[in-house]
Amino acid sequence: MTQTDPTAAAGAPEAAASSVTRAEYCVIACAEAWRGAGEILASPMGTVPAIAARLAKLTFSPDLLLTDGEALLIGDVPAVGAPSAVTEGWLPYRRHLTMAMGGRRHVMMGASQIDRFGNQNISCIGDWERPRRQLLGVRGAPVNTLNNPVSYWIPRHSKRVFVEKVDMISGVGYDSAAAAGPSATRFHDLRRVVSDLGVFDFGAADHAMRLVSLHPGVTVEQVRESTGFRLAEADEVPCTREPTAEELRLIRDVVDPRGLREREVRP
Amino acid sequence: MTDKTMTPDAIVGRLRSGMTLGIGGWGSRRKPMALVRALLRSGITDLTVVAYGGPDIGLLAAAGKIRKLVTAFTTLDSIPLEPHFRAARERGAFELVELDEAMFMQGLTAGAQRLPFLPIRAGLGSDVLRVNPQLRTVTSPYEDGEELVAVPALRMDAALVHLNRADRLGNAQYLGPDPYFDDLFCEASDTAYVSCERIVASSELTEQAAPQTMLISRHAVTGVTETPGGAHFTSCVPDYGRDEPFQKAYATAAGDPDAWKEFEDRFLTGTEQDYQAAVQAWHKEQR
Repeated sequence: MTQTDPTAAAGAPEAAASSVTRAEYCVIACAEAWRGAGEILASPMGTVPAIAARLAKLTFSPDLLLTDGEALLIGDVPAVGAPSAVTEGWLPYRRHLTMAMGGRRHVMMGASQIDRFGNQNISCIGDWERPRRQLLGVRGAPVNTLNNPVSYWIPRHSKRVFVEKVDMISGVGYDSAAAAGPSATRFHDLRRVVSDLGVFDFGAADHAMRLVSLHPGVTVEQVRESTGFRLAEADEVPCTREPTAEELRLIRDVVDPRGLREREVRP
Repeated sequence: MTDKTMTPDAIVGRLRSGMTLGIGGWGSRRKPMALVRALLRSGITDLTVVAYGGPDIGLLAAAGKIRKLVTAFTTLDSIPLEPHFRAARERGAFELVELDEAMFMQGLTAGAQRLPFLPIRAGLGSDVLRVNPQLRTVTSPYEDGEELVAVPALRMDAALVHLNRADRLGNAQYLGPDPYFDDLFCEASDTAYVSCERIVASSELTEQAAPQTMLISRHAVTGVTETPGGAHFTSCVPDYGRDEPFQKAYATAAGDPDAWKEFEDRFLTGTEQDYQAAVQAWHKEQR
C-alpha cells in the first residue's frame, strides 16, 4: 500500500489492478463524489471530473443530470468531447446559476490554491490590489460554496496549491463560513478533495482537511511532503478503491476512448 | 415607427468618456466586437465597464480605455487566462470591482427592475466582501432573520450587445442556445445598442425560429446596426463558432509588445470592413 516506487505496483499479484493507471484511480475517486446523489446536476470542471460524472451516471448514479458544457442538459452519455444526440433540458447560464442557488447541484471545481479548511482561490496570486499573477477571477465560487455541495479536483498535488492560507478566498472554506454566520453555513457542504495523490475530506476536528485514501503507489510521506499545511490523517489510510472490470471498460471504451484522462494526470 | 438603424461609428458617437458601459455576451462568446473595435478607433476613454469579461475587456484594457472594471471573471474560454486583462491587472492599470457570477446577475436584475439592490446568499465568507468594502449586508425582515449580501444595482449609461438577428425597430433575436444576460444589460441601461449579424423584416424573425428567441424588445433599444461577423473572433452560434486559430494568434500576440504592435497595425487600425478583410487574408495565409 505504501510502496515508494509507483512502478512497484506492476509486480502486484492482481493482474487487472496492476494495469490501472493513476488517472483511472482519479476518475474512480471523483466519480464516488456523486454516489447516491439522486436527481441533481453533476457539474464537473476539468477532464477527469467530466469522465467521472459520466461514469457515475452509467453505473451507480443513473439519475444524475449532465450538461453538454454549454447550455443543454443531455439525455445520453456520449464520450467526453463527443457531441450529444439527446437533449433533455435547457440550462443557459442564468438558469444554471439559479440551479446552484436552489441547491440541486454538486459541482467539482478546480483550485489554484486550497487550504486546510477548504478555502479555495481561482482569482489571483499575491496581493489582490496588485496581483503577482492574475488568474480567472472568483467566477461562481462564492455562490457555489454557500449554496450547493462542492468538491475539488486538483490534478497536480503540490505545496503551491495546498497552502496554509489562500491569497483570495473565492470558494468558502469551513472556518470562513462559520465566521460569516448561519446564512453562510446553512447550505455550506464541502464534500471531498481529489488530487493525483489521494482523496481528502473535511472530517477532522473543526472540519480540517483529512487524508482518507491514497491512490495505489502513493505514500503518506509523499502526500505530506506535497502539502503546505498539517494534514489530518487516520492511523490506517486505505487505498483508493479498485475500479471494477466493467468500470474500466466504460472509462476506456465508452467515456474516454481517446485517453484524455492520461493528459491531465502524471503517470 | 422609428427606424433605429445606425452605423457602429454613429453608435460610438453617442458614447462619452467617463460613461458606465455594459457589454453583453459571456467570456469569448457573442461579444459585440465590431462595436468594441469602433470604440477602439474613438477617442473615448475613462470608462467604467460592466461585463462577464472576454476579449472585449482585453482589448479595451490594452488600449487604456478602462478606468474601472466590474466583473466576475475575464477569460477567452478555450484559453483560460485573458493575456491583456492579466497584464493590465498585474500593472494595476484600473480599479476592479470583483463580484461573483450570481451576484453580478442579481446586480443586473436589480438594475433592470429599478431596485437599489437584490439580496443573495453569496459573497458571505469570501474575500469578495473584503476587496469590495462598499458592499453591505441586509437582514431578512421575516422570521428566519437571515443576513444576506445586498448586491447593489448595476445601472449603466449604455449597453452594447450582439445578437443573431434584429429588425430595424430594435427587436432582437438570439438563435444560439444561451441568451447570456443581454436583455438584462439592455434593460439596466439608460441607452442600449444592438449589433446583429443580419437585419431582417420583423415578419421574418419568427418565420423559422420560435418566438421565445426574441430576447430583446425595441422599447429597451436605442440603436441597431448590422455587422456581419460582428462578434468575431468570439462565437456567434449558429452563425459561426469561435475562430480558435485567430483567437490563438490574438493571445500569442498579446504576450509580446512587438507582436502586439504588429497585430494592432494589421487588424485594428482600419475600419470594420478592413478588419474583416484582414482576417480573411490571414486565414488564407494559414492554409
